[in-house]
Amino acid sequence: MADKPKVAFYWCASCGGCEEAVVDLAEGILDVIAAVDIVFWPVALDFKVRDVKELPDESITVSFINGAVRLSEQEEMARLLRRKSKFVIAFGSCSHMGGVPGLANLWDRASIFAWYYHDAPSVAPGNVREPREHVRVPEGTLELPAFWDTVKTLDQVIDVDYYLPGCPPTPKLLADAVGVLLRGDLPPKGSVLAGTRALCHECPLNESKPEKLLLKDIRRVHLTKVDPEKCLLAQGLLCLGPVTRGGCEALCVKGNMPCTGCFGPTDEVRDQGAKGIAYVSSILDFDEEADIERALANVPDPVGTFYRYSLPRAYLMRTRKVMPHA
Amino acid sequence: MTNEEARIGVYVCDCGFNIAGVVNVPQVVGYARGLKGVVICREYKYMCSSPGQESIQKDIQDLNLNRVVVASCSPHLHEATFRRAAEQAGMNPFLVHMVNIREHVSWVTKDKKEATEKAKSLIAAGVARVVRHSPLERRQVPVRSDVLIIGGGIAGIQAALTAADAGRHVYLVEREPSIGGHMAKFDKTFPTLDCAACILTPKMTAVKNHPDITLLSYSEVVAVDGYVGNFKVKVKRKPRYVDETKCVGCFECIEECVYKTAKFPSEFELGLGMRKPIYIPFPQAIPLVAVIDPETCIEFKTRQCKKTCVAACGDRGAIDFNQKEATVDLEVGAIIVSTGFHVFDAARMTNYGYGVLPGVYHALEVERLAASNGPTGGEIVLRDGRKPAAVGIVHCVGSRDEHYNPYCSKVCCMYSLKLAHLVKERTGAEVYNFYIDMRTPGKGYEEFYHRLLAENLHLVRGKVAEVTRIAEAAKEEGKLVIVAEDTLLGGIRRVPVDMVILSVAMEPQPDREEVRRMLNMSCSSEGFFLEKHPKLAPVSTMSDGIFIAGACQGPKDIPETVAQAGAAAAEAIALTSKGFITLEPNLAYIEEQLCSGCQVCIPLCPYDAIELDREKMVARISDVLCKGCGVCVAACPSGAAAQRMFEDDQIMLELAGVLSR
Ligand SMILES: Cc1cc2nc3c(=O)[nH]c(=O)nc-3n(C[C@H](O)[C@H](O)[C@H](O)COP(=O)(O)OP(=O)(O)OC[C@H]3O[C@@H](n4cnc5c(N)ncnc54)[C@H](O)[C@@H]3O)c2cc1C
Ligand code: SF4
Ligand code: SF4
Ligand code: SF4
Repeated sequence: MADKPKVAFYWCASCGGCEEAVVDLAEGILDVIAAVDIVFWPVALDFKVRDVKELPDESITVSFINGAVRLSEQEEMARLLRRKSKFVIAFGSCSHMGGVPGLANLWDRASIFAWYYHDAPSVAPGNVREPREHVRVPEGTLELPAFWDTVKTLDQVIDVDYYLPGCPPTPKLLADAVGVLLRGDLPPKGSVLAGTRALCHECPLNESKPEKLLLKDIRRVHLTKVDPEKCLLAQGLLCLGPVTRGGCEALCVKGNMPCTGCFGPTDEVRDQGAKGIAYVSSILDFDEEADIERALANVPDPVGTFYRYSLPRAYLMRTRKVMPHA
Repeated sequence: MTNEEARIGVYVCDCGFNIAGVVNVPQVVGYARGLKGVVICREYKYMCSSPGQESIQKDIQDLNLNRVVVASCSPHLHEATFRRAAEQAGMNPFLVHMVNIREHVSWVTKDKKEATEKAKSLIAAGVARVVRHSPLERRQVPVRSDVLIIGGGIAGIQAALTAADAGRHVYLVEREPSIGGHMAKFDKTFPTLDCAACILTPKMTAVKNHPDITLLSYSEVVAVDGYVGNFKVKVKRKPRYVDETKCVGCFECIEECVYKTAKFPSEFELGLGMRKPIYIPFPQAIPLVAVIDPETCIEFKTRQCKKTCVAACGDRGAIDFNQKEATVDLEVGAIIVSTGFHVFDAARMTNYGYGVLPGVYHALEVERLAASNGPTGGEIVLRDGRKPAAVGIVHCVGSRDEHYNPYCSKVCCMYSLKLAHLVKERTGAEVYNFYIDMRTPGKGYEEFYHRLLAENLHLVRGKVAEVTRIAEAAKEEGKLVIVAEDTLLGGIRRVPVDMVILSVAMEPQPDREEVRRMLNMSCSSEGFFLEKHPKLAPVSTMSDGIFIAGACQGPKDIPETVAQAGAAAAEAIALTSKGFITLEPNLAYIEEQLCSGCQVCIPLCPYDAIELDREKMVARISDVLCKGCGVCVAACPSGAAAQRMFEDDQIMLELAGVLSR
């Protein structure tokens, strides 16, 4: 037992889907479990933080950390696991780029609290309660983790060795990554363990693109009868395949859903959302301003469309001033 | 920069007082000396002068510099100078970077302190980016020597003769049955009043006889591919139904046509004269070859014509009812576009009654009436054959009018005066010219105007409000009344006349969009083809190897057209005489390993330089077509497309440099 490589899993601000992805290894998980020694996995196994603290530094071979960093506790755990691990892998879009929780960077702590604990229609009028870091009760003081103003990616908090992208990463990529680490043929530090080209290259629909890929309209997927034989972008759906790293084998496109960008950009691109806006606006083929307006009306949430997984990693990674609630 | 340490020389130019008058140059020099990698920094009065350049060259050699930054004027002006200087000193010219502290700083910043700080930031940016420059090579591609000229008006004719005389083989493509353009329609030309045919037809004949000119009349260019020096051109030859090689232009077939009289409106005569189904547009046409109009020819309609024309042609056997449209493929090194202009449709100004009042003509029609080879043999008469006793000429019809064309057509005042003279000469009528401003700049033009004044021309200064046949007084009965405000007398004038001549504007050709697109040119807002630079490259276009001449570039008269045609021919000759052209290396390229074949870039390239390799599913840029505009680079969602001299890391470092202070 002692000779087996030690592995830890941890989750920060995430939906739990990444944990599910580990379980999705199905029978494969047994191979993993046979090959490694899981020392920490709060979702599945009853270990305490104390157990981790007691481990010698760098004694864990690899920690898979999913989720964005939103709370002080998450940051502390990330630092702890970093100290105890040889390798840290940012697992999934949220820890890689901030993910959906990262969209909260359009607001800040004060405005989020104002909405969720006071102004939202589902809150009882007159509510004065808000989570506080220290609450005094007769038995003593209770502590809650601090809620930061800004959601961060894992690598904005600790040094990250590799990234496993995806919302969630596919079981195949996870198995490949584990294999690579166990075999010890390590890719250069900082590598994203997925494809190197954008998704279109592996998409079965790429061949069907028209000679000139220009859009006369933007359409929304739930209002569109999708032709499964034709490139979704060419059908006017905002497929982010061109601006998204491949490796997922075009799972969404095969299900008639345009790529939403969860694998992040390729190595050459830092700001996926800006690039997405740049390429889509480049291929919009309009002469009249009214047509532009009409098409843009079909992108009701531009940030949520182009920065769905990557706002905290963008050049403009948060709003400076708090936006008032609409 | 890989292994070698950056050794940068920074040279700050005073540009006399241009820069030093605003920027504190010694302070900037002191600052630059402290930047990372800078080995030497010098100030000089005129960096571009020989001593300035020599100081750079000397430092490159003595101090072993491997990068040079020159902070002076716009790279448009002196980038070539400093690159050449560095090259002569043994440095790759692309390791030189220019920082513009004149146009970007001293000329646009009042505050001296601010200007000095700005100059420092820009130099910091230049020093930061130059470290990432790598040596680049210019490439040479071979150039074909043949020249294509599109449009056989006086511009095309002149350019063809000049280029052919210089030993180029010229293909002259004209879409009408004959070359000659508008000039062939005139009787006389201002300001000398020499006979248009007398000066034009010798040139037209010279085109026909020149061994180095292939005339493709009744033809249109339908596709242009390739790039400067190596254009591939497709020309569509419309069927004339008369074999050009057999027809001798004897007119016998026309005389013998089953139609004894000409009854179809002649295109060349603008409908004022008639032609038969088989015709030659005018007696001096080049080529002098008959054409059959299948729309009116009985043989085409019924297949049962007696074909008296064929009999008349006899043994020559030139007539061929089965002729088909043909395509000719050409490969040329340069293209001159001389597609000319189109006259403004006078019917658009309904207040002048053109098309409704029979006595209202547009100027080109009157040119035909005045022409000795025209429908009236040179008599200027009304449609009913009467000689007009009074004629009004309305200037600026469709020009200088924001509802139609805001620009001045430049030739109308002069041709209006010419027509006034011709009308007086042929009819003795009273002539009234209604003008807004009399514009006669040009050699001998003002003199021509004075000559006309001496001929007792009536000049009315004012824009014509309307032409009407509603009489308000006895003397207006049966006349056309020109209503205008006379701004010199300060009142409304009503001038009764028999004939009104509308001096119509010169407009761009209706099909300029297709031509523009086919050749990758641009149009100015009015629709005339756009020159590369209005002063310094007036006959070049943004598409290398494509030149423009004549009225397709903007309204102009014959002398200017001919001068421009000569210039365009000279440019084409210069381009095709070296045998090769040198390509700048600042072009885009695609990193094949990164390209996903998403095809976003392909439709964006304004020069059609990008192609998809279907086998590998990656995009590829043709070096010779790419102009380095950067559009694909900005759009490529993978970051696979990049551009030399504008690599991401160069730009990021440059930005960091600007922000470093
Ligand atoms: C009423 C009037 C009177 C004038 N009188 C005078 C005067 O007295 N003196 C003077 O100096 N100037 C005069 N001008 C100006 C003169 O007409 C122009 O300067 C001159 O004709 C310009 O020559 P060009 O060859 O550029 O164009 P054009 O004469 O218009 O010739 C263009 C030629 O290109 C051909 N063409 C067009 N498109 C295509 C295509 N796509 N493919 C192939 N062929 C094509 C056309 O058929 C035509 O033959 C007058 C203009 C007008 C309107
Ligand atoms: S469907 Fe999306 S991923 Fe597939 S080729 Fe089209 S744009 Fe690319
Ligand atoms: S840089 Fe411009 S010209 Fe060159 S390939 Fe890209 S889009 Fe075309
Ligand atoms: S846009 Fe970029 S990734 Fe897409 S085909 Fe062009 S070069 Fe390749």
